[in-house]
Amino acid sequence: MIKFTLNGKSMTSDADGDTPLLWVIRDEFGLKGTKFGCGIAMCGACTVHFNGSPVRSCSLPLSAIANADIRTIEGLENQHPLQRAWVEHQVPQCGYCQSGQIMQAAGLLATNANPTEEEIVNHMNGNLCRCMSYARIKSAIKDVASQSDSVVQVYNPNAERRAVQGVS
Amino acid sequence: MSAFDKDSIVTSRRQFLIGSVGTGLLMAFAPHLQAEILTGSASKLLSEKLFSPSVWFEIDTNGLIIVNIAKAEMGQHVGTALARIVADELGADWQKVELRHVDTDPKWGYMVTGGSWSVFQSYTPLSQAGAAGRTVLIEAGAKLLGVEPAQCRVENSQVLANGKSISFAEIVKNGKVDRVFSADELANFSPKNPANRQLIAKPSKALDIPAKTNGTAQYGIDVELDNMLYARSIVPPTRYGCKVKSVDDSAAKKIKGYQGYQVLTDKSDTLQGWITVVADSYYAAVKAGNAIKVDYQVGETSNVSEQDILAQGELLTKDPTSGALVVEEGNIEQVAKQAKKSLELTYRTSSVLHFTMEPVNAAVEFKDGICHVHTGNQWQSLFLPVVAKALGLSDDKVIIHQYYLGGGFGRRLAGDYMLPAALTAQAIGRPVKLVFTREDDARFDCVRSPSVQHMMAYWDSGNKLLGIEHRAAAGWPTLTMAPGFMPDGLDKKAKYDPFSISGADHWYTLKNHRVRAINNPLAQQTFVPGWLRAVGPGWTGWAVESFMDEVAHQQKVDPIVFRLSMLDGDGKNAGKAPESVGGAKRLAKVLGLIKTKVNWGRRLPKNEGMGIAVSSGQERNMPTWGACVAHVKVDPASGKVTVLKLTGLMDCGTVVHPDGALAQTEGSMLWGLSLALHEGTAFEKGQVKDLNLNTYTPLRMQDVPELDISFVQNSEFPTGLGEPGLIAVAPAIANAIFNAVGARVRDLPIRAEAVLAAMKQHT
Repeated sequence: MIKFTLNGKSMTSDADGDTPLLWVIRDEFGLKGTKFGCGIAMCGACTVHFNGSPVRSCSLPLSAIANADIRTIEGLENQHPLQRAWVEHQVPQCGYCQSGQIMQAAGLLATNANPTEEEIVNHMNGNLCRCMSYARIKSAIKDVASQSDSVVQVYNPNAERRAVQGVS
Repeated sequence: MSAFDKDSIVTSRRQFLIGSVGTGLLMAFAPHLQAEILTGSASKLLSEKLFSPSVWFEIDTNGLIIVNIAKAEMGQHVGTALARIVADELGADWQKVELRHVDTDPKWGYMVTGGSWSVFQSYTPLSQAGAAGRTVLIEAGAKLLGVEPAQCRVENSQVLANGKSISFAEIVKNGKVDRVFSADELANFSPKNPANRQLIAKPSKALDIPAKTNGTAQYGIDVELDNMLYARSIVPPTRYGCKVKSVDDSAAKKIKGYQGYQVLTDKSDTLQGWITVVADSYYAAVKAGNAIKVDYQVGETSNVSEQDILAQGELLTKDPTSGALVVEEGNIEQVAKQAKKSLELTYRTSSVLHFTMEPVNAAVEFKDGICHVHTGNQWQSLFLPVVAKALGLSDDKVIIHQYYLGGGFGRRLAGDYMLPAALTAQAIGRPVKLVFTREDDARFDCVRSPSVQHMMAYWDSGNKLLGIEHRAAAGWPTLTMAPGFMPDGLDKKAKYDPFSISGADHWYTLKNHRVRAINNPLAQQTFVPGWLRAVGPGWTGWAVESFMDEVAHQQKVDPIVFRLSMLDGDGKNAGKAPESVGGAKRLAKVLGLIKTKVNWGRRLPKNEGMGIAVSSGQERNMPTWGACVAHVKVDPASGKVTVLKLTGLMDCGTVVHPDGALAQTEGSMLWGLSLALHEGTAFEKGQVKDLNLNTYTPLRMQDVPELDISFVQNSEFPTGLGEPGLIAVAPAIANAIFNAVGARVRDLPIRAEAVLAAMKQHT
């Protein structure tokens, strides 16, 4: 049995230890916002936060997350500035990769509130968007970065409990 | 293409019904087949749901307007565009409009989303439906206000007259409406004067976007059914002719949750030699699929390679009699004999994967004798009968429930992925969700066929271009999946796939012009060729626009000047109202505008170049006029091509949803770039060799060049925009490479080694 925190709530799973976290999140806990794309950690559709850092849940075995803090797109509670920027910039087309894009971008802004264009591209390059909404993803991130003060606070309402979200 | 045109912009002969139903007001077209014989009250027909689902909308007592959408949502925000057409004519307050994507039911008419047809086909009927709704609301509102309808106007969901007003909500609450518009009455409504539009062509946000930013948008893969098991297919080594000889699941049995396997019996014969494994969880099914050993009797194509298919295509395109005659202007044979100079070149494209982000999947359950398929699909009407046949059921026993599509791009026009799920659910008597792994998805993809195109140009002694012949060979999607849609060639000697030659029938005026569409039987036998974004023009455009450039350079004429000289709008290229009004002259205008925009002809640094190409959309009867200029840099040491900038200019008539149009064109142009430089696979032993992102490498954020996209502003009839932006990009890049370093590449994708080899040849 593996114990961990999912979107702020304590959870346990009896799934086999080698089961990728992705399937535990989706099929055991019913959080379908995290998507299956490639299964080999190369598309980013399955991105979630592991102790605050973006990881590919399709390739992260359940056994590796004991006592970890996991946050999914649902855990942003529709309050993250990136989510608003995604609507403002009309980023999604088919939308399938966008949970992963937002989680990946949130991971960047949590440690680097005002990234350069190059830092954005380097950080986001592993996230495939088959609709090719890249230009809008970039502009939405830039937009939020320019108003960086609100990021951590809104992103993580329980920030005081954690040490990882290092933007001030 | 005839069958696809039925519901095109030719006004269909259908009645329109508006009536009070329950507490709301419902507006819908009468069903197609009964349109001429329908009598009786609109309210009665509507309350009995005797209407076609293609367009219907309803207003409730709060004034909420629900527009039902029978088109697949796969990123094009189609519901928003269609709803704005209705709402504009209706005079609705956009804040009170909502979309509902309908479940399918076979009695509800033909359902297909593709070909960039949605707005094009729906514009007139939706405008008229909205106008009819406005008329009725005015009549009912006038009665309640005690004024004459002629004194009323509609604005923001209110009927206004003489300083008085009443809201749609109040009208629905207090009015009684029962009205049938005949097809003729409907046809009398012409779309609003563009100057009076409130919504069409105005900025707006897509209604489907918020759910796609918080994980709540539901895709096929997200469906859960009570008591369901998870399944995975084992894709056999060849598409056709496989038989399962034996299965050894002893290793699979050790996997916790493994429930067993089924050898599928598909009465439609679409799946040959398939087994599926079933488990309590998807991961157990994945592992069981890896562990299970299947011994096959394999089909005949188990050793076919990409090179074999291309070699077959080359052989066929060298034969002047192969295939079907599609364009025949003048006498190309005579011209070939008389010519003093000729140019013969061959262009090829490699296999391309759809690689939708959401691997194909379906969840299926049987309830009360009905097979319910839950999945995202673009062409429900094509594969519903196949599912029924596979299961041994009649069509009315299958219902497909629609969800958001995690990418369509033509992959989900084929619904073959529903079959293993449906057959497994039938076999085990339990609901099943079957998800293809990424690798299974690639091996089962209906890829864009490799193609070979042979181009010939002829000149007289005065260096005057006499004519062009074009022979194009590929696997044909329509031949395998919808052969009924194949028309006869001009000489009636052979049928052809219109979607595998469109684009070759371009808008350049050529006195002598012949086009032959040739099926590549080895491609056809080896795999199911698919429709892939931009379909025929996506690869015929590669040959046409590369060759036009080569012909221009042969004649020592600037490629834009050369193209303009042939875009004179003569004869068949004059176009016809409304859909292609202006004809080739509109394309010439686009070309002229982009020439100025990019400052064509300016000096560029060494090893940089600009290239031009044009496109005319998906079909001659729905031309979207477009041009692309690529600005590239070539590394002379490696041949590596970097695209610095893509400029795109489109004329799609009225731009119904401007931001959606821009998004579609950003996406389609980057698709064009991805197909030009980053994608492409190859058949190896009967299957594609690239199965996942470790070797298949679509465009990433770092590869995105500067984009400059604009639209010609006019109020012409709207044409399609989901695909056309793709077409001109690859040839524009190839033409730019030539202008940069003198290297001509004729194979797609363009590989650095090919550029380097061509550079060496050049020097």
